[in-house]
Amino acid sequence: MIRWTAGLKAGLAGLAAVALVGLAAPYLFGEAAQQLSGAAREGVSAGHWLGTDALGRDVLARTLVATRLTLLMTAAATAIAGVLGILIGTTVWVAGPRVRETGLRLIDVMVSYPAVILALVVAAILGAGPVAAVLAIGVAWSPAFARLTASLAASVAGRDFVATARLLGVPPYRVLTRHLLPNIAEPLLVLLSVAFAGTLTALSGLSFLGLGVQPPAYDWGALLDTGLEAIYTNPAEAVGPAVAITLTGVLAGFVGDGLAAGSDPRAGRGRDGWSPSAPVPGRRAPDGALLVVDGLSVELPGGVRLVDGVSFHVMPGEIVGVVGESGSGKSLTAMAVARLLPDGVRATAAGLRLGDLDLTGRAEPARLATEIGVVYQDPSASFNPALRMGGQLTEVLRRHRGVGRAEARERAVKALEAVRILQPETVVRRHPHELSGGMRQRAMIASAVLPGPRLLIADEPTTALDVTVQAEVLELLKEINTAEGTAMMFISHDIGVVGTLCDRVLVMYAGRIVEELPVADLRVGRAAHPYTRALLAATPRLDEDEERGPLTTVPGRPPAPSARPGGCAFAPRCPVALPICATDPPAPVPTGEGRSAACHAVGVPS
Amino acid sequence: MRLAAENLTVVFGHGSRAHVALDDVSVGVAEGTTLGLVGESGSGKSTLAKALVGLVRPRTGRILLDGADVSALRGARLAAVRRRVQMISQDPYSSLNPRMTVGQAIAEAIDPRRADHRRHADAVTGWLETVALDGDAAARYPHEFSGGQRQRIAIARALAAEPEVVVADEITSALDCSVQAEVLNLLAGLRERLRLTMVFISHDLAVVRHVSDEVAVMNRGRIVEYGPCRRVYRSPAHPYTRRLLGSVPAFPLQESR
Amino acid sequence: MRTEDHRPVDAQSHRPENPAADTPGTPVTDTSENPATGAPEGTAVRGGGHPWAGFLLRRLGGLLAVLVTLVVVTFLIVQLIPGDPARALAGPDATPQQIEQLRHEIGLDRPLPEQFASYAGGLLGGDLGVSFQTREPVADVIAARLPFTAELALLAVVVALAVAVPLGMAVAVATRGGRRPRLDAAFTFVTGLGGAAPEYVLGTLLVLVFAIGLGVLPASGAATLSALVLPVTAIALPGACVLARVVRREAAVVLEQDYMRTARGRRLPAPALYARHALPNLLTGTLTLGGLTLSALLGGTVIVESVFAWPGMGTRVVEAILARDYPVIQGTVLVLGLLAALINMIVDVLLGLLDPRTLAGRSHA
Repeated sequence: MIRWTAGLKAGLAGLAAVALVGLAAPYLFGEAAQQLSGAAREGVSAGHWLGTDALGRDVLARTLVATRLTLLMTAAATAIAGVLGILIGTTVWVAGPRVRETGLRLIDVMVSYPAVILALVVAAILGAGPVAAVLAIGVAWSPAFARLTASLAASVAGRDFVATARLLGVPPYRVLTRHLLPNIAEPLLVLLSVAFAGTLTALSGLSFLGLGVQPPAYDWGALLDTGLEAIYTNPAEAVGPAVAITLTGVLAGFVGDGLAAGSDPRAGRGRDGWSPSAPVPGRRAPDGALLVVDGLSVELPGGVRLVDGVSFHVMPGEIVGVVGESGSGKSLTAMAVARLLPDGVRATAAGLRLGDLDLTGRAEPARLATEIGVVYQDPSASFNPALRMGGQLTEVLRRHRGVGRAEARERAVKALEAVRILQPETVVRRHPHELSGGMRQRAMIASAVLPGPRLLIADEPTTALDVTVQAEVLELLKEINTAEGTAMMFISHDIGVVGTLCDRVLVMYAGRIVEELPVADLRVGRAAHPYTRALLAATPRLDEDEERGPLTTVPGRPPAPSARPGGCAFAPRCPVALPICATDPPAPVPTGEGRSAACHAVGVPS
Repeated sequence: MRLAAENLTVVFGHGSRAHVALDDVSVGVAEGTTLGLVGESGSGKSTLAKALVGLVRPRTGRILLDGADVSALRGARLAAVRRRVQMISQDPYSSLNPRMTVGQAIAEAIDPRRADHRRHADAVTGWLETVALDGDAAARYPHEFSGGQRQRIAIARALAAEPEVVVADEITSALDCSVQAEVLNLLAGLRERLRLTMVFISHDLAVVRHVSDEVAVMNRGRIVEYGPCRRVYRSPAHPYTRRLLGSVPAFPLQESR
Repeated sequence: MRTEDHRPVDAQSHRPENPAADTPGTPVTDTSENPATGAPEGTAVRGGGHPWAGFLLRRLGGLLAVLVTLVVVTFLIVQLIPGDPARALAGPDATPQQIEQLRHEIGLDRPLPEQFASYAGGLLGGDLGVSFQTREPVADVIAARLPFTAELALLAVVVALAVAVPLGMAVAVATRGGRRPRLDAAFTFVTGLGGAAPEYVLGTLLVLVFAIGLGVLPASGAATLSALVLPVTAIALPGACVLARVVRREAAVVLEQDYMRTARGRRLPAPALYARHALPNLLTGTLTLGGLTLSALLGGTVIVESVFAWPGMGTRVVEAILARDYPVIQGTVLVLGLLAALINMIVDVLLGLLDPRTLAGRSHA
């Protein structure tokens, strides 16, 4: 799965050209490189583009001829490093857990030692010379391969498909050739090109020191060494080999970058921005609403709409649930309200305000930070692992409220106490990884409510938690809502969780709100939109009858954001679709007190 | 009992860092039935699954397959037994080799030594159709499929080995609700058609109830309650089971509570 | 001996793909192998001794192991010389009597354990032997040379970090989300070029331009402060380029993390956001990968000393190898190895300060 980027192509083409020079130069310029012209240490001239050396030999010719020996030595050293390293790495990994642990530590220590020092040891033992240099550099680079092989093998072998292959009775050599090697080949190729550049540099360095190739033989490093001696009389003499070494290294680097880039796709471009859109007619939030969202859309730079004209409101003290499957746009809606959209997606809205705070404009950071509290999905990833809990909890108070360190800490301790964390004084001194998942999420809630926000946005706050911990966290949120009157927007894929906590529920499908209903109706299954009904029917129930029928499912999957149909996005899967559904997007129609559904079929007798 | 564990104890680590993952666990699943294993993270249910298929070696206790102790087997005899119990794992992204086509993966399950996907093309198509996928899926790579489809492929691969028991470890927990329903329906159909014997592991009590005949509730490496599904859910005896059931966001509301 | 995760060693190698789930949340993992999760809710999971105590103890143990390894390796240098070491050492013109005398003199006729005991015992007493060539004690040679090498290497480490971290981070912030593709390309090209130029080539070019061409800085010697500029630049620049790439890569990853979104949610001003929340985390990754680059700077120093006729250990060890002056080789390699160990240790301590998770030690899956 190699992506042929321009850099990769250029690197490979350049290396091929260098190899060609290495092949041809000794035949074409071999004579010129040995010919004594009588003019020693001459500067740049038409006859000698890089001048001549101490014996009057043409430097350019010598540089070109040296290509072959340099490349051969580099290739040999790289091959030794690769073969030896992969062998050691595989052996360490195949050996038992005890040997593996010690082996990996040993490899780690070796990797962290400069290759040059290791090379000096080998050169000291074997004496100066090209064979010693190649062996030295090859051995010195092998720990890098050993480490990569061992760690890649460990990470691939830990994946489920390897375990499955073993269960299926796939013989070990086939596990190796079919499952392990293909999945570790790519990083090894990258390292190979990096090692090629590295061994070239190191070998030339040894020759430069006089420890590598011995006269009369010469490679680029040796030429650089003699060039340096003559640097005052003919500077060009050093330039030739210097350029050759650097150029070849850069080309190998291009290849490595290109190979690595193939597996490192970068995110799309664009910027986070806001722009107003035309107001959606015919929909008005009730007076006194705390959060009013009017015609909110979130789109990718290409114009693909992930959230498509969503309008809703949250009353003070109300808990509004937003439920939907993955890709429905529920989290993006929440993050757009919180003004925390990821880079590259942009939001537009006719209106978006929290009380008197306009969320579409250049809202004041201090007000955003204190009036909106956010609880994120993954409590283990949402705290900064490098900072203590206390510092993270008090950040908003100290930065935006000007509260002093001691008072802020005191309030943080109280907030932790309020979310029923034991020993809060100890916890503020801890780092996040020292707390359990449930504790972290409670601390996250404490952090969100600490500045006394008007709106709490909770984005799948219990999805990563165990069911008993989830129950505690839900209870805690309810308590905060009752005690402080904090309004909440609660995002979840779990219709049961939403049903326990919320007052009113918004159901999202393919970037739009398809139904809005009081939770009491949801609980008894009184839903109007066919999608909501399908969602309810597909959920296994804890109290179901002993006669387990199959769950009712709807064929198909939600459409991709780029391929949404012109009409209702649910129409292709809808059991009660009408002809109009394929062409006209349905507008929300009231289906009762405080309820509405965006469906053409609602109210039509079936 | 088709597959049973007897007094199974599994310990990870040594000395002061030793951690008892399974503590004297005994369960069994009868031919053609499904045993549900339910518990929270750290309860040991996944370790039990791995021990049942032989990926984790127990410190003490036995694994019985059709009454024969298989926990002490090694080498070729272990390999022969292994194919009879297959496992489907939780993560549809790591359970399929990204460098092998779906056809190759299933062919490998049919014949692990040669894995010739051309010779087994008909059988591969057959298994794909069993899990309601098109035969032309065989030529494609795993990354071209959605999570739910991958889980179907993993099921097809497990079935292709024609095992006597299938151990399904959290196979629906990474799926959306409607996709989960499809996979659960598929399993229900397979159980009926193929008289599949299954160990079904999940943290979701409602899902376990939906698929299982018997259920074992696990907590901290032990089985705290074990019995027919109906009995355990209707009248849980152990306080932990009651707490677990009470924590489920009951929906639609259980009027009885 | 670092890192809890083991990523590919080099800046250029990539990290394994991490498929984003198209699913409603993280799959619930049964972490039964982790005893920590078994702790009761509401109490801190980890108590017990101070994390630094264990860390430092382990680290000192590691240092001791490295020291022992170095002693054994340097001891073996003489033993492993192909053929008869004494004959090789005495040179081609030596008479058999001279060879035997030399053999006795350096103890090669004694049993191996005895030789090692005497070598190690000598080291303990600070006796590193006497140079074959100049007859001065090796300890004196090193004492005279070490300050120069340490000066170059440590300055180079500081300069490399001081250039790479701000540069890499600034580029990561400026190009995040695929913005400014041209800056991105320019950065990749320039650091690629700088990283590929070996220290001694760069040193030669610097001499050409600044010492010979412009005549503003001395080309050799260590007499003045200005003599430091060119060698330090030559050593630090390639390393800085490689490190800057690592920093940029790590910063790009860190900026995408959930905790950065949390920090953005607190609406912190940019300096606080990047310095307080991003920097410690990106340094963890940078030092884990780039620590190798830092200790590799020591290798660069050894070679670059020859370019600038720097009176350090590098020039001395090369002389010694060419003259087969084994006591000097053994002594310098030992000390260079310890210097590398020291740099590694500093990196590990920095990691521990920045990210307390690394204190817990590593575990290989």
